[in-house]
Amino acid sequence: MKNNQFDKIIAEANNLRIDLGNELHDSLMESIYKDASKIASKVVTVKDESKKYKWDQKLDRIITSRWFGLPLMFLMLAAVFWITIEGANVPSSMLASLLVDTFHPMLKNLFIDWSIPNFITGVLIDGAYLAAAWVISVMLPPMAIFFPLFTLLEDFGYLPRVAFNMDGLYKKVGAHGKQALTMAMGFGCNAAGIVATRVIDSPRERLIAIITNNFSLCNGRWPTQILIATIFIGGAVPAYLAGIVSAGAVVFIAVLGIAFSLLVSWGLSKTVLRGEASTFSLELPPYRPPRLLQTLYTSLIDRTIFVLWRAIVFAIPAGIVIWLVSNININNISIAEHFITNVNPYALLFGLNGVIILAYIIAIPANEIVIPTILMLTVMTAKITGMGEGSGVMFELDSVEQTASILYSGGWTLLTGINLMLFSLLHNPCSTTIFTIYKETKSIKWTLVSTFLPIVLGIGVTFFVTQVWRLF
Amino acid sequence: MKINQDCENCPVHNIGNLKKLGINMEQYDFVVALAGNPNTGKSTVFNNLTGLRQHTGNWPGKTVTRAEGAFEYNSKKFKIVDLPGTYSLLSTSTDEEVARNFILFGQPDVTVVVVDSTRLERNLNLVLQVAEITNRIVVCLNLIDEAERHNIEIDVRSLSRELGVPVIAAAARQKEGMDELLKFVYEVANGEYVCKPYRISDDSKLLSKAVVKLQKEIEESFPGLPNSRWVALRLLEGDQSIIEAVRSGELKNLLNTEISSKELVNV
Repeated sequence: MKNNQFDKIIAEANNLRIDLGNELHDSLMESIYKDASKIASKVVTVKDESKKYKWDQKLDRIITSRWFGLPLMFLMLAAVFWITIEGANVPSSMLASLLVDTFHPMLKNLFIDWSIPNFITGVLIDGAYLAAAWVISVMLPPMAIFFPLFTLLEDFGYLPRVAFNMDGLYKKVGAHGKQALTMAMGFGCNAAGIVATRVIDSPRERLIAIITNNFSLCNGRWPTQILIATIFIGGAVPAYLAGIVSAGAVVFIAVLGIAFSLLVSWGLSKTVLRGEASTFSLELPPYRPPRLLQTLYTSLIDRTIFVLWRAIVFAIPAGIVIWLVSNININNISIAEHFITNVNPYALLFGLNGVIILAYIIAIPANEIVIPTILMLTVMTAKITGMGEGSGVMFELDSVEQTASILYSGGWTLLTGINLMLFSLLHNPCSTTIFTIYKETKSIKWTLVSTFLPIVLGIGVTFFVTQVWRLF
Repeated sequence: MKINQDCENCPVHNIGNLKKLGINMEQYDFVVALAGNPNTGKSTVFNNLTGLRQHTGNWPGKTVTRAEGAFEYNSKKFKIVDLPGTYSLLSTSTDEEVARNFILFGQPDVTVVVVDSTRLERNLNLVLQVAEITNRIVVCLNLIDEAERHNIEIDVRSLSRELGVPVIAAAARQKEGMDELLKFVYEVANGEYVCKPYRISDDSKLLSKAVVKLQKEIEESFPGLPNSRWVALRLLEGDQSIIEAVRSGELKNLLNTEISSKELVNV
């Protein structure tokens, strides 16, 4: 009976609508606009119309200009990375000498004094503690410089302009212009970028945005890129050029990521996710003077500490796993070495090595710990003389140069560095992101596509680069 | 006695009365919804009141889902919900629906509409639409410092008179105007301040007749529905989601039960 009543209302409404005509929605909107404008004109006075937003407009004409917009964006990114690279070196080595060189032996001696079994000392001190110490000293300084700079740009109002500059490109490849926004958010964290794709209404375009978000280098991968660029790219050029060239290399990788996101979006929108791009309006916010202290505070507490904490949480179990695989022996050779020797021949085809592959498997939970994992595995398995002692974990590392020397003695070359940077861009998302993709798409199929598509691309690209490299 | 009264009227006393409760929202007396166009500073206001540090940015569309927090003021507990920014409540994108459904069905005791002073005319469109749905509105005229910098002057008193609701000039980034905002939120929630919001003028006699007719029927089927006029207008427009809500009687369920946050986000 109730249902009849409800249906009656709807029928009534439908009848009335016929009399009113179809323009009701428009005419309602019109009267809202009219009234809003009437009220506004009564209460707003503009003292000097000509001065209004003059400065904003001038700046926008440059920043969002057809010719200068994109190059300016690359320059801006390069400047941010350059400051990060130049600034992070000294504090990084200070932290490393404190946490790795000083505290680690102290803790270890303490454990030996208390006659705690070797196995437990190994797992806790050489595994868990060392991994956490590595993560802090490798990641904290670049993050503490990079995040405040990035937040300042965001606060100032630059990011929506980036989206504005990129919008046309995304539309051309059949994706939604707002994907430029979610891509920019992915530069912070892919999981956050994927949640942000909710602003895209069309399911087709939203899926494209989700699948391609991983091509935005995230928090966890910036430090990897910066460190490897500093060691291998910076190391290959004269010292006075090192900073600028390695910053350029990181920008190149970031831009390559954008290129891949466009390319893959295009591929998807032409094949499995066919359709037209929908339009939307994006409002450019006014430029606002950033609040320095607040920015420093929020970017340090909310981003830096948050990301660092996550990295430490994942690093501790990873450290234990690393210690175990390098110390549990089968036929007198550790599991890690078995794996590395078996995988090496294949990995070399892609200009990588067994250590990198093993590190990426161990570091699936969090991209942040890839570099520390690689370093620990290299030291533990390569039995580097002068740096290794006992189970190969007591080594000194107090500067980028020493990180470099570990890697060089582990058989790394410029090619390995380049391929690691490429592979770090093009590989599966971290487990948090994968889980987020599943939550957002509710589809195992698209989650698998988002996970494996980048790996396939990464394998293809590194293979191609390696083969071309070896020709010359 | 006299001293006490003076204290209560002093803004310093009021802001002193604010207790930021963060995400502790177990018991509350009132629900406050925070609506507004994208990038007008809703999240900044939210953070100021709750003491939370939801990430803010100069960046439209930053809040995709709702954030919730709580504060205590004059020994009343308020739950505050930061809605995604929308230009209107009439179209059908997900974020607009989240905002609309909450204002419509979540029945907040007060809806604070945060508006950008430098773009008042366009922001008023949303204020007028919210005023169609609910009577309990406080307008937070944010970014007033930016308006001043751009030589824009706003007559706050006239605006308040025109809209029939309290209007507070604020600069949330500098934490200015928050004490006054709190005072009016408290008064509107308590019923001390009764808003008489501006209603959009409909010129057509035919329309007003149709609305009145339909409104009566809706009120019969859904007694106690506070915004029957708004529902009637949407039905006349042929708004599918509202038609569905009427057909299934969902409108009624939403009326009686308070919707949990998670349900709404997934709507």
